[in-house]
Amino acid sequence: MVKLALIGAGKMGLSHFAISSAHPDVEIVGVCDNATYLTSVISKHLGFSTYSDYKKMFKEARPDAVIISTPNSTHFDLAKFALEQGAHVFLEKPLCLDPAQGRTLFEIASAKNLVNQVGYHNRFIGTFQEMKRLIAAGAIGEVYHLEGKAYGQVVIRPSKSASTWRSKKSEGGGCLHDYACHVVDLMNYIGETPSKVRSAQLQSIFSADIEDAVFANFEYASGATGYLEANWSDQSVRKMSTTITAYGKQGKIITDRQEMRVYLTPGTTFEDYEDGWKSKYITELQAPVNFYMRGEEYSAQIDQFIDNILGRDVKVESTFQTATATDEVIEQIANLGKG
Amino acid sequence: MSLQRVLFGDNQFFGVNHMSEDKARAQSMRFRDAQSIMKVLDDAYDAGIKVFMCTTYDRVGEIAEIVKANPTRYPDFEFYPCMPYAHKYANSVGEVGILETLKRFSPQGVMSTLLTGAMSAITQDVNKMLRMLVDAEMKRFEGVKTPIIFLQNVITDLILGLKGYKFLGEFHKYVKEKYNAEAGFITMNLPLLIDVLHEQGIENPIVCANVNKIGFRMCGGVDKYVETIARNDARVIAMSVLASGAIPPKEAIEWVCGLEGLDSIVFGASSKSNIVQTKTLIDELWNL
Repeated sequence: MVKLALIGAGKMGLSHFAISSAHPDVEIVGVCDNATYLTSVISKHLGFSTYSDYKKMFKEARPDAVIISTPNSTHFDLAKFALEQGAHVFLEKPLCLDPAQGRTLFEIASAKNLVNQVGYHNRFIGTFQEMKRLIAAGAIGEVYHLEGKAYGQVVIRPSKSASTWRSKKSEGGGCLHDYACHVVDLMNYIGETPSKVRSAQLQSIFSADIEDAVFANFEYASGATGYLEANWSDQSVRKMSTTITAYGKQGKIITDRQEMRVYLTPGTTFEDYEDGWKSKYITELQAPVNFYMRGEEYSAQIDQFIDNILGRDVKVESTFQTATATDEVIEQIANLGKG
Repeated sequence: MSLQRVLFGDNQFFGVNHMSEDKARAQSMRFRDAQSIMKVLDDAYDAGIKVFMCTTYDRVGEIAEIVKANPTRYPDFEFYPCMPYAHKYANSVGEVGILETLKRFSPQGVMSTLLTGAMSAITQDVNKMLRMLVDAEMKRFEGVKTPIIFLQNVITDLILGLKGYKFLGEFHKYVKEKYNAEAGFITMNLPLLIDVLHEQGIENPIVCANVNKIGFRMCGGVDKYVETIARNDARVIAMSVLASGAIPPKEAIEWVCGLEGLDSIVFGASSKSNIVQTKTLIDELWNL
């Protein structure tokens, strides 16, 4: 049994809370948030111990592990404290606003042999996993260009004042740290980490203090190029939609959450993929989970976190190390995009 | 009131397709107005499917208006509303936060309570607030038949995960009191949910879940589902029978119709021939 505490009970915090609470090997020992309207409902109606002070929660509830889903600017301090207390840490993405802080966290976690994971849930989606496998196996030959795009509707109207932390740069708000980091991380996962961000633009569409869209060009050590586009002010999509396209010398793969479309050039075959187009769907590519709330990937990432804590033999995906690599790309985009 | 056996779903109308975003886009172009949706609903109604099981999406209000205005055309038309339309809330929470979202979508009463800062009133009376949210969603269905009102899976499963089981009981009680309707619960965790609903004293609950041959989004696995459904202690509606098209229609429907204890099937289709074909096949297999 893992004694688990949660810091942050907002949109992602509640989601992690429900999924981990349903996990057979988890006991929720505390939920911490500074919004008393949330914690009072959680304690009164759901019967969990709640706190407004995380230090007090650690002292009283003594968790083995913690899930942190708080505004981005608070990640470093909270995660560092938790690791110092000897707790395994699952942190919502992005890891930190400054990559140096992420490296520090990874060092502490490694030295103390603590499980460390960041909530890049796209790595747990069957279609993207299959795409990664195909590329690594050389199914489409040498990849010369990788493209990642994400659209969604978060900020769809001008707002006079910043209403949540997501619309405040000082707290790590903005499309870059919210949407684009998912795309960067997924591109790193499927391909490799770019050696350099060649150019980037950050564009405000409706927001005053932050960017609503991100455009960036990457270079890879192999000589390949990459292009990223993220836009959270796009009302044409019902919910966040992410697509990765890989162009190889012997084919092309276009993947989203539901579908993976593979094209192999004439005469090229790979396993059950013949030349020409072939689609595979999430229905055959996704491994089942024990409890489903909003997508298998959200459950699968928590399952992995718990399995790793319990020392079961599972793959470790999305550690503080890979998330720091993502933060480093984000930092380059932020610096280039300022001009 | 009795649960009907063949129900018409709405995913095809609202740009939802679990397999392909292209298909979803094509559908959202075709069904951009209430009239084009109504035409397909007419085909379903005329094929003998009298129930439209639909998300409480804004446009559904327009459909309800048409049905209400034409009682002789649609004497037996029933809606099974499924609430809430979660993306509306989720997108809003991302934009303005949980508290502002509640203000934005709640009726007057909650608004003023929040504005006066009487937060303790809200937290102490969470049930009252949830009732107001139900009422806000049900506004679209005034004057039409809604014998069963469903809680969408993301909410049912959120409550299941948080072990806030009593809220499921509260929902059941409230829709009975206020709308003289039975509560239904959509879930991706059917075996777990049925046990919880029984514990809440809900006998023979109405539940709707993915039931398909390949076990797509069936937590606990196909065998566990088949076994649970066969117990016959819940009225189970099968959805996603074709697993978004991963199973050929005939094979998918034959399998699901052969399940012991299954009460109903909900399916969506856009063409008259598909609707009639599917309905006829179910009728044959179930001797309807």
